[in-house]
Amino acid sequence: MKGNLAGPAAELRITNLVKRFGGSAMAANAFVAVDNISLTVPAGSFFAMLGPSGCGKTTTLRMVAGLEQPTSGEILLNGNDITHLKPYNRPVNTVFQSYALFPHLTVFENVAFGLRRKNEQNISKRVDAMLELVQLDGYGARRPAQLSGGQQQRVALARALINAPQVLLLDEPLGALDLKLRRQMQLELKRIQSEVSTTFVHVTHDQEEAMTMADTIAVMRHGRVEQLASPIDLYERPATAFVANFLGKSNLLEGRVTGTAGAMLLVETHGVALRLPAANRPAAAAELYVGVRPEKLHMTGTGAPVPAGHNALEATVTDSSFMGVSTQYVVRTAWQQELTVFAQNMGVDGMRARGTAVQLHWDPQHTFAVPRTGSPLETEAEL
Amino acid sequence: MSPVPPRRGLLSGTAWMPYALLLPGLLWLGLFFVTPILTLLSTSLQEGSISTGYRFTWRFANYTNAFSDYQAQFGRSILYAGLATLLALVICYPLAYFIAFRAGRYKNLMLLIVVAPFFTSFLIRTLSWKIILADSGWVVGMFQTLGLLPPGGRLLATSFAVVAGITYNFLPFMTLPLYTSLERLDASLIEAAGDLYAGPVTAFFKVTFPLSMPGVVAGTLLTFIPAAGDYINVRFLGTPSQSMLGNVIDSRFLAVLDYPTAAALSITLMFTILVLVGLYVRRAGTEDLV
Ligand SMILES: Nc1ncnc2c1ncn2[C@@H]1O[C@H](COP(=O)(O)OP(=O)(O)O)[C@@H](O)[C@H]1O
Ligand SMILES: [Mg+2]
Repeated sequence: MKGNLAGPAAELRITNLVKRFGGSAMAANAFVAVDNISLTVPAGSFFAMLGPSGCGKTTTLRMVAGLEQPTSGEILLNGNDITHLKPYNRPVNTVFQSYALFPHLTVFENVAFGLRRKNEQNISKRVDAMLELVQLDGYGARRPAQLSGGQQQRVALARALINAPQVLLLDEPLGALDLKLRRQMQLELKRIQSEVSTTFVHVTHDQEEAMTMADTIAVMRHGRVEQLASPIDLYERPATAFVANFLGKSNLLEGRVTGTAGAMLLVETHGVALRLPAANRPAAAAELYVGVRPEKLHMTGTGAPVPAGHNALEATVTDSSFMGVSTQYVVRTAWQQELTVFAQNMGVDGMRARGTAVQLHWDPQHTFAVPRTGSPLETEAEL
Repeated sequence: MSPVPPRRGLLSGTAWMPYALLLPGLLWLGLFFVTPILTLLSTSLQEGSISTGYRFTWRFANYTNAFSDYQAQFGRSILYAGLATLLALVICYPLAYFIAFRAGRYKNLMLLIVVAPFFTSFLIRTLSWKIILADSGWVVGMFQTLGLLPPGGRLLATSFAVVAGITYNFLPFMTLPLYTSLERLDASLIEAAGDLYAGPVTAFFKVTFPLSMPGVVAGTLLTFIPAAGDYINVRFLGTPSQSMLGNVIDSRFLAVLDYPTAAALSITLMFTILVLVGLYVRRAGTEDLV
């Protein structure tokens, strides 16, 4: 079946895309929804645009679909400029956030809609095959109103996919589903994507969804791309404090570069010397945030031996919550900063009581650094 | 789907309460709808004259006579009402579309303008058309200049004037339901049609228009039904040779005092409209849309 249902996947390239709303392009009251975005989505990849509500994801997607005209910039599909093509002339299809199924047409006619417009052959056979792909065989005669939310979602997907788009755009397609169904549909979407091997551009504000599904994620904020990387790179080496906090939890320590030792960068934070790979240094600036993920921290009693070369800190437990597979501790450093530690439940030592003095240590390789712009709390408040 | 439990209002709790709430409406309908209809039915089967008095004799001949005598008026009622309905639809659809999708912050103002004619009486509005279409008026002058009317030709006292008058009088009844159904239409459906390779024209005929069918049906009914019984427009803008069934009923009841014929004509018109409406609604298939 592979390749039968979709056309050749295309590479999508966006360059210097800008969208202003309200007033003329130059007006001071104009609101910049998309602020100079450039990115490339490789052909056949599952690409996610991730960011908090209002960061310009939908607007970007709508410009690719042709439903919104960019203020400036270019959109290329396999090198062809489609910036000013009408939506009905673009080999791109959209799964709308609210599904936008035609209520007066049956499921079959909804799915057949695009093929009929293009006067294509074998409509009946192709619609049936598509309904089977989304596991809705037998539902063709129903009206959208007679389907559950999850089924409507599948119809919306089938209706877009059957046109063999070179790029499929999905705007928070799972946003209206409950958590359990959402997890199930994530796997389903992933399966369908590998089956049709079309380029998927998936918009979401759910970081877990983006992490589990996408090959590449663009993290967006205030109409800009904050970082574009694979899920692993985003998690292990976030480029900004915002990304570090938006994807999972991070402990960020104010640091100051004091020198280098071979491939390692030496940083001092509140009188404690820390080391991290020099390759992780974000900019030439001496001031930065040193970051480490809560699950990378090892917690031991004070005075216990620290593995050679590990970074180490002293702290006091202020809170703990047992979560079964792990325990989440909040500890306070000597400079009164609260850090989070996930301790895996290995069943060796019991819970550490509140007020216990502890030592934290971690592998320098698990240390990242981000530029010190604004406070990390500010970006946390945004979430 | 699980059955929805009945809604519990403030006055619920007793089984008879809903029926009690229906009572005022039922009384009203009984008094002012059922009684007159029954009276009308019985009148239509009476015989006699105003001087000798009328007696109920099951005289069905009233119907056959009335129909054969006033066939032409009957036909004109349906024809003029149908034409006016069609014209009103063609005029009001773009207007309602514009107000629903393009008027922006002028939406309410435009709706106000649509219903503004209601602030003056039906009679006054129809009379002013008499002035607009007068032989010495600018409309006739322009039509003559453009060669649409021969020199000395008239608009007043023609079928054109009557249909124009009816069309005009019912424009708000057509516009408002159309506006309501277009306003409710989810704009993302039109975007979805565009995304699925429908150009603007195809998107209109495949998505926008079918979804506005409830408005089309409501608007055409609200126009056609009263228009078929109208007699004011003919009286002011037409002549006896344009007269509609409404004019005959009017003169039989109030001038000739031939009650049985008038009643038979009323019942016939009512029945015809009911059948036409029934066929139309069935064909338009609006029950699928909601
Ligand atoms: N048609 C519009 N007119 C004015 N502002 C808009 C319009 N569409 C979107 N915006 C604004 O642009 C910003 C980005 O919106 P959107 O792309 O929908 O964000 P997201 O999908 O990431 O939640 C928001 O602040 C929103 O209010
Ligand atoms: Mg959005």
